[in-house]
Amino acid sequence: MPRTLLTGNHAAGRVLALAGEANRAARGCCGGAYPITPQTEIIEYLRGVNFTRGRIVPVESEHSAMAVCIGAALAGARAFTASSANGLSYMTENVFAAGYYRLPIVMIAVNRTLGPPWNIWVDQGDSLALRDAAWLQFYTEAHQDLVDTILLAFRVAEDARVLLPAMVALDGFVVSHTQMVVDLPTQEQVDAFLPPCRVPHALRADHPATVGGLTWPAETAHHRREIQEAMERVPAVLEEALDAFERCFGRRPSGALAETQTEDAETVLISCNTMSRTLRDVIRARREAGEKVGMINCKLFRPFPRQALLDSIGQATRVGVLDRNHSPGSGGVFWQEVAATFGGTAQRDGRVIQDYIVGLGGGDVTPAVLNEVVDDLRRRNHAAAPVWREVAL
Amino acid sequence: MSRTVSSTGRVTPCEHLDVAEPPPAVVVQPSADELHIPTELILRPGNTNCAGCGMSLGLQLLKQALGDETPYMSIPACCGIVTAGAFPTSAYGAPVAASTFASAAAVACGISTVLRQNGDDHPVICWAGDGGTYDIGMATISAAAERNDDIIYICYDNEIYGNTGGQRSSATPQGVATSTTPRGKPERKKDIMRIMAAHGIPYAATLSVAHRDDFLRKVRTARSLTGFRFLLLLSPCPTGWKSEPDESVELVRRAVGCGLFPLFEVFDGMRYRINVRPGGATLEQYTSCQRRYTSAAIDAATIRAGIDEQWKWLDAQCRAFPA
Ligand SMILES: Cc1ncc(C[n+]2csc(CCOP(=O)(O)OP(=O)(O)O)c2C)c(N)n1
Ligand code: SF4
Repeated sequence: MPRTLLTGNHAAGRVLALAGEANRAARGCCGGAYPITPQTEIIEYLRGVNFTRGRIVPVESEHSAMAVCIGAALAGARAFTASSANGLSYMTENVFAAGYYRLPIVMIAVNRTLGPPWNIWVDQGDSLALRDAAWLQFYTEAHQDLVDTILLAFRVAEDARVLLPAMVALDGFVVSHTQMVVDLPTQEQVDAFLPPCRVPHALRADHPATVGGLTWPAETAHHRREIQEAMERVPAVLEEALDAFERCFGRRPSGALAETQTEDAETVLISCNTMSRTLRDVIRARREAGEKVGMINCKLFRPFPRQALLDSIGQATRVGVLDRNHSPGSGGVFWQEVAATFGGTAQRDGRVIQDYIVGLGGGDVTPAVLNEVVDDLRRRNHAAAPVWREVAL
Repeated sequence: MSRTVSSTGRVTPCEHLDVAEPPPAVVVQPSADELHIPTELILRPGNTNCAGCGMSLGLQLLKQALGDETPYMSIPACCGIVTAGAFPTSAYGAPVAASTFASAAAVACGISTVLRQNGDDHPVICWAGDGGTYDIGMATISAAAERNDDIIYICYDNEIYGNTGGQRSSATPQGVATSTTPRGKPERKKDIMRIMAAHGIPYAATLSVAHRDDFLRKVRTARSLTGFRFLLLLSPCPTGWKSEPDESVELVRRAVGCGLFPLFEVFDGMRYRINVRPGGATLEQYTSCQRRYTSAAIDAATIRAGIDEQWKWLDAQCRAFPA
């Protein structure tokens, strides 16, 4: 893989373009482009690409950007787009539609705070609000993870056992607008890694059928059940995709979860995106100081890797969840998932599962902040309401 | 004999009009070959349309115009998708993407883009109501027209939200009673033809189910062109118009005859051609057979003034920019 210095946005744009071009011998690629900070450079890049068989359509809204992807996928093409924050919420109706149509569309979500009030900095609340939309959701740590995960997302989404759209999230600005050296695959490598995109229920002139018409309760429940079953197949399909990735590129990216020093840990923190990188340094330093702490980077959020998480947490008695998002009236969304994973047994086991709301609206989650969180967690014998760690005004 | 309520509120029989279809300004005789009526229909038995629905007539004429060619269709959430019936059957004899309400044109754009880049020339047709066109889909359609996407967009305009039970839309004529304008709609009907023409699209035309030859010719003209083509079909909705199902064709004939629904076409958003001039029916003959026209807000003089203005404008366009 050629080593290239790229911003997160350009890395995402380049990989989408490679994936789109890789489908040239099949039905080609198509997508919609609509700008919003901080993802704009992705769609700007895509609009400049000359595809052998493909076109990125300049649309009038995110709602239509996803609608174009839907039409394109229903015509059998590889479809993708990118958005952020209010663009994602404006798109919502068609995000759900894409999931319910079972179309393997890939979308880059550059995480940004939802407004108003307007704030362009990172916060995972925008993509997490779409957690129920029947999409796979991946949260990436940094540039290389982003590149690798987009490729994996296409492969898993398009797998006949899955056939669901996939969202790949990254931190706005912290990743989207900073540069790092990445291994960027060549076209030949992507051609080899991604099989031609096949949409088995694509529209066909010789087979009149209505996709997305009316269903009765029984068929609707069955349809939702099938989506759940497809979700449950994702972890195994992802492992296979990782095997293929390793064969193709000679290295193995992390899968659903990435643990750091969780073996024999008494205290474990769970986080995602760039917070995980900072947290990893904090955990390593504290380990060196003799504390039994560990962490889990949660890359796969949908389907939520419950069993893998339980295995990774093991016997740890204190589990802290970092949430750069907030669901008003409840707490952090990752924490809700972790708590649900234990299914209420945590209380009985005497296990502490504590939520920390950090870095909302793009506040820096520094080593100092994370050290405070670890200190707090290590002192706790009971979980309390979500702890807010706000940036000082 | 069917019974309707006249504008004065009395129940009167809808008198039969013995009007011959006025000769269209442009008569193009379809050849025997073109008249070939295909065996595979676009609207098949088992569809859920109400009796006398303008959509049913429009879809059959559409198929006659296209012959054996199967279109790819994008139909938003409205009566047009309920038509298909419930999964796994479909009353459409064509592949259909059932899109979200505002998205028909953008979904069609995706389909058309992919078909064309694969060398596939099948027509891609949007079939959407006035709600999905004049209202919630306006931005989507405008964008597709501006990009000149290779789509034939057909709006079946029943001047009402039919699927949700008959609420107003911006296509509902002034004075008409709907469930959300119980005392009559105060606002005027939006002029979608001028809006679409203003995009400079290759072709825009109005369609009448009472003028079959004109209908077929215009669909074929649209089919012969590429880019964004817009067709507006006045589509009777007996359920919402409170009219008799067996009078739908006659109602459209009267709407054209009294000048309320002009049959014309626009090339490149600029060059106009009138196809049928008013004559043979009065406004009263059109409105008296529909109970939606019974509110006190109906003012025949205002409607007539609107018709006159519309024709003056159309004639002026035709003089200045003849097709
Ligand atoms: C986003 C959204 N809002 C509201 C609706 C509810 N809805 C379904 S059909 C419809 C009206 C459709 O009217 P029109 O487009 O004129 O078609 P018709 O039903 O008359 O054929 C509405 C409001 C919807 N499906 N989606
Ligand atoms: S409600 Fe009106 S538009 Fe809808 S199917 Fe019935 S007649 Fe047709």
